[in-house]
Amino acid sequence: MNEFAAQHPILLVALPKIVVVLFVLLTALAYLTWFERKVVAHIQARWGPYRVGPHGLLQPLADGLKFLFKEDVTPAGADKFAYFLAPFLALALAITSIAVIPFGPKEITIFGQSTPLAITNLNIGLLILFAITSMGVYGVALAGWSSNSKYPLLGGLRSSAQMVSYELALTMSVVGVILMAGTFNLSEIVNAQQGFHWGFVPRWNLIGSPMPQVLGFMLFFTAAVAETNRAPFDLAEAESELVAGFHTEYASFKFAMFFMAEYASMITVSCLATILFFGGWLSPFPQTPFWAWTHYISTLVFGVAGLALIIHGVRYLTAFGRVVLPAMGLALCALAFLCSLGGVIEIIQGPFWFLLKIAIFLFIYVWVRGTLPRFRYDQLMGFGWKVLLPLSILNVVITSLAIVLTQR
Amino acid sequence: MTPQIAVFIVLAAVAVAGAVSLILQREPIHSALSLITVMVALAGLYLLLGAEFVAAVQIIVYGGAIMVLFVFTIMLLNAGLEERTNVSRMARFVGVPLGIVFLIEVAYGIGRATMHMAPPVASPVSTRDLSNLLFREYVFPFELTSFLILIALLGALVLARREDSN
Repeated sequence: MNEFAAQHPILLVALPKIVVVLFVLLTALAYLTWFERKVVAHIQARWGPYRVGPHGLLQPLADGLKFLFKEDVTPAGADKFAYFLAPFLALALAITSIAVIPFGPKEITIFGQSTPLAITNLNIGLLILFAITSMGVYGVALAGWSSNSKYPLLGGLRSSAQMVSYELALTMSVVGVILMAGTFNLSEIVNAQQGFHWGFVPRWNLIGSPMPQVLGFMLFFTAAVAETNRAPFDLAEAESELVAGFHTEYASFKFAMFFMAEYASMITVSCLATILFFGGWLSPFPQTPFWAWTHYISTLVFGVAGLALIIHGVRYLTAFGRVVLPAMGLALCALAFLCSLGGVIEIIQGPFWFLLKIAIFLFIYVWVRGTLPRFRYDQLMGFGWKVLLPLSILNVVITSLAIVLTQR
Repeated sequence: MTPQIAVFIVLAAVAVAGAVSLILQREPIHSALSLITVMVALAGLYLLLGAEFVAAVQIIVYGGAIMVLFVFTIMLLNAGLEERTNVSRMARFVGVPLGIVFLIEVAYGIGRATMHMAPPVASPVSTRDLSNLLFREYVFPFELTSFLILIALLGALVLARREDSN
């Protein structure tokens, strides 16, 4: 067995990792739609999904089944090849980009093979990510063009112009981080952010030395929201003007694939923002004996969430909910207990902080969508070219200057 | 056959097939898609040679930026199907033989050159080494090139403006 593992590390290490990450990612995608509908609903003083399962928890499943069984129409005069290629391209590229994201510092051992907590750890991880993002435009552009319809064509043109424009600002805004870390490797970028100012303020790139990347982060996040075609930059699918933009003519699972691609890019962008500016998997607390209790924060979070779910669940409206919700609460409590065990507590720290930071970013994404009005198209292009791009170049100049001055 | 050679054959076949399809397609968007395929396959070949940075930049610049502009222009102009004409007599008797001769010449040249070439560098070229070369030893040609590109951009802008004012 060990000999086989040594000869075929791809089969035994890479494949299980890909399967696990893909499974987690797709589940997260499904529940991100639920999360978004719930949060936006509460922002607008509504309840959101409530009927399918307790608190609408089975809604993603219902939606997925619905998409699968809907009739798949191809519009007359559509370019068949490009019409089929576009959703596949969009989803495949969006999912591929998760492959270079590292989730934690510790190496784990599968079948006697030590491997990092990421599908691959590339020296040019960040560049590969940008390469994949830059190809993502084609899904949108081809979908708009191949549908042989006015609104999709306009939506496709709009969003490809938007994505090309904001990609510049997106790439330029992370140059400051690359200069400070001196590498394109995502794990090394995280490792470069270790340490603390005055013993307790983490030296994440956002507030790092020699040049805090606050400006860089704001530019990055704005450009990234625009790059993923999300509100307030969702002009590609402005309902009042373009029906649904580039995917107007798509139905059934091909539409779902565009939907999934959008949410997958949201997750990737959140991962990237966490890694580049917020210290990735690093804990916000110092690793000294005085701060040792912070290792139990994961236990605390899961435990409180689990207990709350049990207390709330036993009084739920439906009998199904009275069974399911407390069961989920119990599972969370078990997870909390597991997180406090001696061997697990060290491994869980990295992924816990990483996932927590991602969750916060995803919430901000939804929050922004729920509260900000949409840009006008000329404002959008003007903002990208006349504000974001010059500011990102300014950030590069200031950061390099600060680095040169402090090195003397 | 080492895995490298297998990967090379696949990538090379994809690149050649993409290039042929680029010429044969009648729909301009399909031609553009074929060209993107060629670019990505070339990036794979660079990666195989250990040139990580060049491979990534190949996809970002050629696959992502330049080809997007191509696709964008084709979509904006809504270009129709390409027209096919029969090959003219001139092309049939002079162009085709000359093309074949040129192909043989190039193939022979490449074959001879690769026979005496040193084996490719085994370890990947790090981005750090590459940037040291670009920004220390070759900084003047590098800046000169970017200046040239800037001039070309400004020239295009001026030309476009002049037509506008008329």
